[in-house]
Amino acid sequence: MTSYTFLLLLAVSIAGYIWNRQAAQAVRNGGERLHSLSGFHGFYSFLVAFVPVFLLLLVWIVLQGPVVDWMIMSGLPDGSLEGLSTGARQLILAEITTISNGTVFGTPDPWKVEAAERMIRLNQSGSVLLLCVVAILTILLIVFARFRVSAEFRARHGVERIVSGLMIACASLAIFVTVGIVLSLSFETYRFFEMVSVTEFLFGTNWEPQIPLREDQVAAEGAFGWLPVILGTIVIMFIALALAIPVGLMSAIYLNEFAPNWFRAGAKPILEILAGVPTVVYGFFAILVVAPAIRQFGQSIGLDVSPNTALAAGGVMGIMLIPFISSFADDALSAVPQSLRDGALGLGATRAEMMTTVLFPAAIPGIVGGVLLAVSRAIGETMIVVMAAGLIATMTINPLDSVTTVTVQIVTLLIGDTSFDNPKTLSAFALGMMLFIVTLIINVFAIRIVRKYREAYD
Amino acid sequence: MTDASMSDTSAGLSATDKVAAGLAKRRRKQTILQGLGLSAIGFAILMLFILVASLVSTGYKAFTQTHVTVEVYLDPEEISVERLPRGGFSDVLAASMLKIFPDVEGRAQIRSLTSILSNGAQFQLRDMVVRDNDLIGQTITIKVPASDPFDQLKKGLVDRETPEELRRVNNQQIAWFDALAERGEISEPLNWGLITNADSRFPELAGLKGALVGSFWALLVCFLIAFPIGIGAAIYLEEFAKRNRVSDLIEVNINNLAAVPSVVFGLLALAVFLGWFGMQRSAPLVGGLTLSLMTMPTIIIATRAALKAVPPSIREAALGVGASRQQVVFHHVLPLAMPGILTGTIIGLAQALGETAPLLLIGMNAFITSAPEWPTDAATALPTQIFIWADSPERGFVSRTSAAILVLLVFLVTMNGVAIYLRNKFERRW
Repeated sequence: MTSYTFLLLLAVSIAGYIWNRQAAQAVRNGGERLHSLSGFHGFYSFLVAFVPVFLLLLVWIVLQGPVVDWMIMSGLPDGSLEGLSTGARQLILAEITTISNGTVFGTPDPWKVEAAERMIRLNQSGSVLLLCVVAILTILLIVFARFRVSAEFRARHGVERIVSGLMIACASLAIFVTVGIVLSLSFETYRFFEMVSVTEFLFGTNWEPQIPLREDQVAAEGAFGWLPVILGTIVIMFIALALAIPVGLMSAIYLNEFAPNWFRAGAKPILEILAGVPTVVYGFFAILVVAPAIRQFGQSIGLDVSPNTALAAGGVMGIMLIPFISSFADDALSAVPQSLRDGALGLGATRAEMMTTVLFPAAIPGIVGGVLLAVSRAIGETMIVVMAAGLIATMTINPLDSVTTVTVQIVTLLIGDTSFDNPKTLSAFALGMMLFIVTLIINVFAIRIVRKYREAYD
Repeated sequence: MTDASMSDTSAGLSATDKVAAGLAKRRRKQTILQGLGLSAIGFAILMLFILVASLVSTGYKAFTQTHVTVEVYLDPEEISVERLPRGGFSDVLAASMLKIFPDVEGRAQIRSLTSILSNGAQFQLRDMVVRDNDLIGQTITIKVPASDPFDQLKKGLVDRETPEELRRVNNQQIAWFDALAERGEISEPLNWGLITNADSRFPELAGLKGALVGSFWALLVCFLIAFPIGIGAAIYLEEFAKRNRVSDLIEVNINNLAAVPSVVFGLLALAVFLGWFGMQRSAPLVGGLTLSLMTMPTIIIATRAALKAVPPSIREAALGVGASRQQVVFHHVLPLAMPGILTGTIIGLAQALGETAPLLLIGMNAFITSAPEWPTDAATALPTQIFIWADSPERGFVSRTSAAILVLLVFLVTMNGVAIYLRNKFERRW
C-alpha cells in the first residue's frame, strides 16, 4: 500500500512537470517572451508538489505505527492493563501485533483477538486515508503551480530557491545525526543513572551486568563498575599500538625515502588492501590462526595462556592499524618541504641522518595526529575484540589473560532480546555515551593537529 | 674558517680521515634503518599473505560438497497425493538405504545408517514430488548432500586414527560410507548450495543466499539515501555556503561523524529507529538507513574533494555566458566532478558492505532460513552471516566461514577495482 502511495506521488508530480512545461511552451508559442525556460516551469511544478508531500509521507509513516499502538492500548477493555509494568504492557502489545499479522499461538484471550482485528482495521484505514491525503494534496499543489505559469513568473528563481533549501537540509543532516546520537545516548544513559548511581559506574571495580531472571533467584544483583572494562580496552589498545606504531612508521619511512619507485608502487596498494579488509574478517583470523598460535607458543614455553587473550585481539587490531598509521606518516613526511631535505643532504648528512634528525622531527605533529586517530579507532573497534577477546571483565593488565572492552560489552549486552527497562540493557548506552565522549575528544584534537600541521608549510 | 678547521685536526687526524672514520658507522646506521623499514613492510605483507592463505586453505573445501547417490522407490503407501507436502519421505529414504545394506537391523542401527544422508535430503525429495506428483510409485535416482560428519570424512578432515569414541562417526558408519564410495555412489560436485541456499543449522545445507540478498537490499537503501543527500550537502558546503559559524559547525560535524566508532551508530539506530519509531527489527531497511548515516560523511568528503578539483575557469566561463550559479554547478561542475564522486561513493559503499557492528545491534544477526523478498523482511547481511557462522560449533562451519569471507572479499576487491578503474579512466589534469 505504501509503495503504491509513493508511486502515485511520483506519477502525479511527473504529470505536473509535463503539464506545466506544455503550458509554458504554449505561452511561448503564443508569441510572448517567458522569463524562465519552459523546462523550469515544469520543474517548479514537480518540486512544489513532490517535496512537501514526500516529507509528509515520511512523517506519516513514522508516526502511524506508534499512533495505532497508542489507540489500541488505550482502547483495551478496562482492567486488562491495571497494575502491569511497562514491560508487561509491551508484551501484550507485541502479542496483539503478532495476532494481527496472522500468527496465532494457542488460544489467545478474546479481547486480544478483538484488539488485533481493530489494529488491522486501523492500519488499513490509515493507509487508505494516507493515499487519499497524498492524492488530494499533490493534485492541489500541481493545480496551484499550473495557475502560476505566466510570462512574468520567475520559475527558475523558484526552482533554485527550493533546490538550495534542499541542499541546506542535506548539509544540516550531519548536525541532526550528531544531535540524534547525543540525545538518544543521553536519554537512555539518564534512565540508567536513575537505577545505578553515577559513582558506582565511574569508580566501581566490578562489572557483572547480569540481572536475576526470577524474583527469588539467588544471583548477582548486577554490578556496574566500568573500571575493569575500560582497563581491558586500554590494555588491548596498547598492544595494538605497540605493534602498529613501529611497523607503520618504519614502513612509511622506508616507502617515503628509500624505496625504489617500482617497490613503492607495489607495496602501497598491498598496504591499502590490509586497510580495506572488513574487521569481522580480522576477528575470524584472530580466532582461527593467531589465538591458537599464541596458545601453542605459550604452552611450549610453559606459560598458561587463556583461549581468548588480549594479545591475540590486540595483535590483530595492530595489523589492521598498520596501513592507517603508515599512510598518515607518509602524508606527514611528504608534506615536509623539499628544501629541508636538500639542505640536510647538502650539509653532508646521510639519507638516514636526514630522515631521523630533520624530516622525522618536522613531521612529528602530523604523525601524532595520525596516531591519535588510530587510538580512537582502537578504542572504538568492535568486531575483532567481540570475536577474539573475552566477555568477563577482570581487573588485569596481563596480556595473556582474557579481558573485555567497552565495545564488546555494548554488543553482548544488546544482542538478542532487548527491552529498555532494565539496567542491563541501559548500561550499554552508558558505555556507548562514554565511548562517544572519549573518542569525540580524541578525534577533535587529532583532526585539529593534522589540519594545523598540514597548513604549516603551504 | 679554514684556519679554524685546520687547527682542529692538529690532534693528528685530518678532517677527511675523521669523516672517513665515522662514515662506516654512519653508513651502517643507514643500512639498519633501511633494514628496519624493509622488515616492517615485509611483516605487513607476510601478515596479509598468512591471512589470505589461511582463509583459502580452510575455505576452498567448502566450495565442494559430498553427495550421495541413492535409488529411491517412492512407495505410494508412504507418500500419497492427498497428504502432500506431508508424507514419509524420511522413511522412504531409510528404506532405500536399507536396500543397499540389507543386514542392518534395529532402530539405532538404522538411524545411524540414515544419518549419512543430510537432514535436508527428505525435503529435497519432498520438493521434487510436490513439483511432479507422477513420480509417486516410480523408482528414481537422486543425488543428496551427505551430512556434515561424512562430508568432513570425505574431505579428510576426520582422522580415522583417532579413537572411535572421540570421533563423530563410528567405525561401522565409516565402513558403510566406504562401501558406498566403492560402489561409486559418493561424489563431490561443486557446492552451488553455498550461493543458492539460505542459512541452515546444518552446515551441509547452509548457504549465503539470504545474506547476499540482505546485503544487496541494505546497500541499495544505503546508496539511495547517502548518495543524493551526500552530494547535496557537499555541493552546498563547497559551492554555496558562506564561510560562517554555521557552515564551520557543519563541516566540523561531518569530519567528526566520519570518525565516530561504528558501534555508536548501532546504538543510535537501536534507540531511534527501533525504540522510538518502532521499525522492524532485523530489516535491511533499518540496516541500510544506519549504514547510510555512516557512509554519508565519506561521500561528502570525497565529493567536496572532487568539486574542489574542478578549476575555477570552468565556473567563470559558465557564469560569463549568463548561467545562474546553480546552472553552473549542475550543468558544468558536477558532470566534471562525477568520476571522482563515483569513486568516493563506491569506496564508501565497500566500507558499508564490510561493516558488522551496527548491524548486530539492530538484530541482523538473527537466524533466518529464507532470503528476504523485500527490504522490510527480516534478513542477515554477509558480514553478520560470517559472524554467526564463526560462532557455530560444527566443524563444517569453519570452512564455510572462510568461504563466505572469500565471497565477501571478492565483492570488496571488485568494488575497489571498479573505483580504481574509474579513477584512472576519467582522471584528467587541467
